[in-house]
Amino acid sequence: MPRDLRIWLGGGFILFLIVVAIFAPLLAPFDPLEQDLMAATAAPGVEPGHWLGTDSLGRDVLSRLIYGTRIALTVAFVAATLACLLGTTLGLLAGYYRGWVDAGVSRLVDIWMAFPPVLLSILLVAVLGAGLTSVIIAIVVIDWTRFARVVRAETLQQARLEYAEAASALGMGRGAILLREVLPNVLPVVLVLLSLEMGIAVIVEAILSFVGLSVSTDAPTWGGMIAEGRQIIYQAWWVLVFPLASLFLTVLAFNQLGDGLRQWLDPMLKR
Amino acid sequence: MPLSIIISRALSALVTLLGVMVVVFVLVRVVPGDPIAMMIAPGATEADIAALRAHYGLDLSIWQQFWIWFGQVLQGNLGTSISMKQGVLTIIGQRLPATLELAIFALTMAVVWGGLIALVSTAWRGTWVERAIDNFNGVMLAVPDFIWALTFVLVLGVLVPLLPISGRSDPSIDAGLATQFYIIEGLARGNFAFVWDVLKHMLLPACALAFPLAAVIGRVLKNTMMDVMVQDYITLARIKGLSSIRILLQEALRNAAVPALALTGVQFTFLIGGTVITERIFSYPGIGNLAIDAVINRDLPLIQGLVLTFGIIFIIVNMLVDALTVWLNPRLRHA
Repeated sequence: MPRDLRIWLGGGFILFLIVVAIFAPLLAPFDPLEQDLMAATAAPGVEPGHWLGTDSLGRDVLSRLIYGTRIALTVAFVAATLACLLGTTLGLLAGYYRGWVDAGVSRLVDIWMAFPPVLLSILLVAVLGAGLTSVIIAIVVIDWTRFARVVRAETLQQARLEYAEAASALGMGRGAILLREVLPNVLPVVLVLLSLEMGIAVIVEAILSFVGLSVSTDAPTWGGMIAEGRQIIYQAWWVLVFPLASLFLTVLAFNQLGDGLRQWLDPMLKR
Repeated sequence: MPLSIIISRALSALVTLLGVMVVVFVLVRVVPGDPIAMMIAPGATEADIAALRAHYGLDLSIWQQFWIWFGQVLQGNLGTSISMKQGVLTIIGQRLPATLELAIFALTMAVVWGGLIALVSTAWRGTWVERAIDNFNGVMLAVPDFIWALTFVLVLGVLVPLLPISGRSDPSIDAGLATQFYIIEGLARGNFAFVWDVLKHMLLPACALAFPLAAVIGRVLKNTMMDVMVQDYITLARIKGLSSIRILLQEALRNAAVPALALTGVQFTFLIGGTVITERIFSYPGIGNLAIDAVINRDLPLIQGLVLTFGIIFIIVNMLVDALTVWLNPRLRHA
């Protein structure tokens, strides 16, 4: 059992979000799309039942916030996992087989790193057409490099260690060594990165919604709410504050979980 | 550094740049939505549309287009912006200084701030001060510029309106500048009121950009300084009676600077990447904000030019950091 408080706090908050996302229809006091222009931009608690106020179309902020967890978490889990699979595979191959595979992957990473990631993601979503699938594809296409770089370096190091040589001396094939000996030793690093990447994915989705390129502007997303909140910031600060705070806590939670995991999984750092 | 290494680094940078150009070009070509459709006047005939297509070279094959574009770029011609009807290079030239001044201001802030974090937490190591700074640093590191930017807009721009949250300078002040380097030219002209106004406009976006970087610099500097503080020569300096502030600044900080520098360079490219969304949030007239407009307007030549500009900046920063690291570290210089 990890004793690190960060794992429990970070993991606990994410678990809480998962529960909220699953039971959103039961938890939300209103339909997140229901407009009530008579109660538009009502401050928190002014209109009965609207605990966190309403936006410019009179939609309930709390309900939209609750439904927003669904998109945030979908992107976090799906996009981060796919980016992780792609990047880890390429990193393992580059670090283990070296030669032209390594040259190719490393060059690709260099090229990718020369793009501002936000601009590239906006461009990609513009190319693919706005929508949840495009957002996920954009995150995978951009962020696989985070995994590839680290996994490559780690694999290079692991492949040189004695256990890999011993396996080779015992007559294990290259592929088998990579999958059964090297991969398990690289996995802790991958897990940490995965947790951090989930936080990044939530942010990227919010940024894309903010720019107006994520799911349709009607759908309740934190980024979309933030974009609207930025526009009416002088009339209704609550439209911005609550999704922003949710985003802040979510990113922090994934980060604390990642940092905690890093320390827990690394025997060298364990005291 | 031997010449061969410099040449191979430069070649490698060129290959990367070429790769960047290919990726940009291919990406931009598959953008759906017809840029011509947005610029034709109502009632334009088929022939007008065809003429416009030919004018922008959109009737050629993708590889023909690439080679024409590549040749033009080498000659310094980035084409004409479709939405702004102006040369792409001219537009970028007008907007780039704003982004450069913002990025460098943010970098300076991050370095000073990160240095202070490291110094204070090393000086008070083992006390609650160190733990408090560590925790705060962890939050600063975890939360990206996007969230900081919006938080500053909300807290310091709206709830407690202390600082401007939009634009680059007060539009009512006409400083009559010849260039777009507001800070540099303002200082050169001695127009300090104007410089002060520009700095006030830059402060919040720069803080948003600087926060994550300051945290990284602070953490790395501190870790290295902690390692240095237990070395024999620090004990020797102490025995010789040097004051602890002097030891901290002269011995520990100086030795910790080189590893921190390499990291700062990489992180600085992230900061520049962060200007895209930060400029958007603060309606700051730099190339990042312009890039988002270009994508929304499907302005292909402008998108290409801007992404290329970012690529070149990234590559230059990386090369500068490489050179600086070698220059600061004598052991590498003679390798």
